[in-house]
Amino acid sequence: MSTKRKILIIALPVLVVIGLLIVFLSQHNVPVLTPAGTIAAQERNLFVFALILAAFVVIPVYSLTILIALKYRESNKKARYEPNWDHSRVLETIWWGIPMAIIAVLSVVTWTSSHALDPYKPIASVHSTINVEVVSLDWKWLFIYPNQSVASVNQLAIPVNHPVHFYITSDTVMNSFWIPSLGGQIYAMPGMMTQLNLEASKLGSYYGSSANISGKGFAGMHFEALSLNYQAFSSWLHKLSQSRLSLNIANYKKLARPSEYNPVAYYKDPADNLFSDIINQYMTGAKL
Amino acid sequence: MYLANLFGRFSGGNVFPTSLVTAAAAIGVVILIIAILLLITLTRRWTWLWREWLTTTNHKKIGVMYLIVAILMLLRGASDAAMMRLQQATSVGSSHGFMSASMFQQVASAHGTIMIFFAAMGLMFGLINLVLPLQIGARDVAFPFMNATSFWLFAAGALLINVSLGLGDFSAAGWLAYPPLSELKYSPTTGVDYWIWSLQIAGIGSLMSGINFITTILKERARGMSLMKMPLFSWSVLGAMVLVAFAFPILTVTLALLALDRTLGTHFFTAGGGGNAMMYVNLIWAWGHPEVYILVLPAFGIFSEVVSTFSSKSLFGYKSMVWAIMAIVVLSYGVWLHHFFTMGAGANVNAVFGIATMLIAIPTGVKIFNWLFTMYRGRIRFTSPMIWFMGFIFLFTMGGVAGVLMAVPAIDFQLHNSLFLVAHFHTMIVSGVLFGYFAGITYWFPKVFGFRLNDKLGKYAAYLWIIGFVVAFGPLYILGLMGATRRLDHYSAATGWHLLFVTAGIGGAIIACGIAVQFVQVIYSIIKRDETKDITGDPWNGRTLEWSTASPPPFYNFAVLPVVRSRDAFWDMKHRKDLPESEIVALHLPKNTPAGLFIAVFAFIFGFSMIWHLWVLAPIGLIGIILTVLIRTTSGEHEEIVSVKTINQIEASMTSWKDYARE
Repeated sequence: MSTKRKILIIALPVLVVIGLLIVFLSQHNVPVLTPAGTIAAQERNLFVFALILAAFVVIPVYSLTILIALKYRESNKKARYEPNWDHSRVLETIWWGIPMAIIAVLSVVTWTSSHALDPYKPIASVHSTINVEVVSLDWKWLFIYPNQSVASVNQLAIPVNHPVHFYITSDTVMNSFWIPSLGGQIYAMPGMMTQLNLEASKLGSYYGSSANISGKGFAGMHFEALSLNYQAFSSWLHKLSQSRLSLNIANYKKLARPSEYNPVAYYKDPADNLFSDIINQYMTGAKL
Repeated sequence: MYLANLFGRFSGGNVFPTSLVTAAAAIGVVILIIAILLLITLTRRWTWLWREWLTTTNHKKIGVMYLIVAILMLLRGASDAAMMRLQQATSVGSSHGFMSASMFQQVASAHGTIMIFFAAMGLMFGLINLVLPLQIGARDVAFPFMNATSFWLFAAGALLINVSLGLGDFSAAGWLAYPPLSELKYSPTTGVDYWIWSLQIAGIGSLMSGINFITTILKERARGMSLMKMPLFSWSVLGAMVLVAFAFPILTVTLALLALDRTLGTHFFTAGGGGNAMMYVNLIWAWGHPEVYILVLPAFGIFSEVVSTFSSKSLFGYKSMVWAIMAIVVLSYGVWLHHFFTMGAGANVNAVFGIATMLIAIPTGVKIFNWLFTMYRGRIRFTSPMIWFMGFIFLFTMGGVAGVLMAVPAIDFQLHNSLFLVAHFHTMIVSGVLFGYFAGITYWFPKVFGFRLNDKLGKYAAYLWIIGFVVAFGPLYILGLMGATRRLDHYSAATGWHLLFVTAGIGGAIIACGIAVQFVQVIYSIIKRDETKDITGDPWNGRTLEWSTASPPPFYNFAVLPVVRSRDAFWDMKHRKDLPESEIVALHLPKNTPAGLFIAVFAFIFGFSMIWHLWVLAPIGLIGIILTVLIRTTSGEHEEIVSVKTINQIEASMTSWKDYARE
């Protein structure tokens, strides 16, 4: 087989795969790459930037590999053969130097982006911030709206373009709270509170889930995150406040019992300080 | 009451598997073991087995036994992977696949645990045992009895983890068993205990191996082999073993604390009671991150030998390579937090660990360029080890890019625990570690067994693995970007993930074909072994000392220890026709001993008793270990003398390059 045909045999499937990939991606929702929130958008931009930077190493490596492998194959007797040529200060300086330069650039980006996109940092906005207290349970998510005095299970609603400040804990094992369309995740841990700040920039319904294994019902532990305009958000809150169930301690304990693929549920009037009392169970041993 | 204490958890019920698949697997394993025992009995091989293998202290035989156990475990891990691929390709929407959630989670946890601790570690220690003493011109490792004990502890751990198929269950808490999920409150069955004790027993064996090989490299090198003349594989082993010596004690302590929580009710990592699960996560990764480099460094070493040999050219940038290994060793201790940027450590901490992680990309990149320039102006023979190497370069570079992306904390928040992460570390471990070991096995196979493996079948296997890998793990990168998290036994149809999971399943099937071809390769090569017999001891035109002795080498490796004058010691000898002149003298070599096997049997009894709360049996296991060690260390002569006459007889019966160089 000629070298040209060999290259063709390798190149053709690669092109076909790239083609299929483009078709697939254009027809499916890829939340990390097509964000619907300001934080997710910045994280996506960072992803693309780092990818381009990495191309400065990947492209030379791939081309060098192919060229060298072709040229210096044993059957090509025309190629130079220097069995003892085994170091070159100039060349080695280049390939210690170039990755160092790339990593130096990326380090600066890492430092600034770690601070700019610190999940604990509140998002500055002309719009008011919504506070949501998130509790991971076996195996569902509880969302408490302390200022609006309502709560929901496995459905989160937030007003579009309003910053949302999540306070997160767990009343079971560790979970991870993740809505890829809106931005990165953070762990939910018993006896501890973590925080996450997100902001939706588009209306829609987004997939949220736990990213950390938490037992039998883990796979069913996903929820719907609704990004609504403010009016629709208000009527959603109103719907919750009309719910039959109130989230008193007794009802909370009922809810906290293990259940799988829990349906969406609405509650009114969560007990005062429920969120901090849930955390304190583990810190002070105080019973709910 | 007393009876209940005697039988521990056995009196509590739920002992035997309820799932059909597990039961079938357990019965299969039992039948296999009975068949092997029967075969040994029928062919009257017990004395042979005892004398030649079970009590051996010879590093080459121990290496072969490591490989056998590791390949069995690789098959177990691969079956687990196949089950997961099948489940995820079918369990969508209203269908829930063929496994229950808890069984899927057990299979997933077993896959990770077995692949890392028993397949990858086993292949690594197997290859190190086979090659390292030969490559540095030594007659054995520094502590041959300890070496045998390490192997048997490893085998005991491997057996213990497979007992969970038939008795009790296995951990469903993921391969690193994060608390609080792995605590008694949330995992009340024997599962996590199986995980703890099989790793604890194997882990102590690994720690002892680490100490053994560090000592061997530092004390047993041939005359003239200064550290900077040492072959790259030996350097990479030194780096890896330094990591073992400092990382494995952390694992031992972490597992012990978790075991205390589960058996004595302490509160190191519990939710509540003053426990702190975050401490566990830090500790386990302070071991876990170096562990990745423990596995990959020897593979880097193998690639260095393979590329140099098959390019018929000395390794480019030797000093850079050595510094790169040592830089990786140091840096790999300082990056563990990148496994949990999402725990909320704060921007400063996350950024520091992110940058430290990226730094590792520098020495790794340097190594890749040095390999490429080893090929440059060489004469490259594309044998199957070189095909594994080419697959490694393409995949590992891609996986490395994914790794650098995730080293940026703000990017990692969107990728952590997703299938993107799963795809990333499989790219690193399959292409880096596994391909490296496959190349190493093919490369050193003739040295160990005296004949080469069929190269054509080896190439087919490599192609199938590479293509299968891309088809299986390419989709996982995209699935991660689509929000798919790891360890899902089911997902809804609305996610749009199904097609990609099916594609990944097809990729898994292609890899399975690759594995099948590898078995055909071994069997075919054994049948046709006369055609590929290695009579020179140097089938590849090698460069390092292991090729200067016969294939397979005599049990004492070298009748006369070689003297090293340059970096590619054997290449140099061949070109100067430098034949060793010194006289053969009688040798002191370690005697066989069953003590290592006995220690492992007692360790198995102890681990099994701790899992099942057999409080009467547990002390027997522990006392058994102590007594065996005491008896062995206080008993007299551990060495035997091999006379000059015997050596001369053996030397006359085998050929190596010297016999051809004389002509």
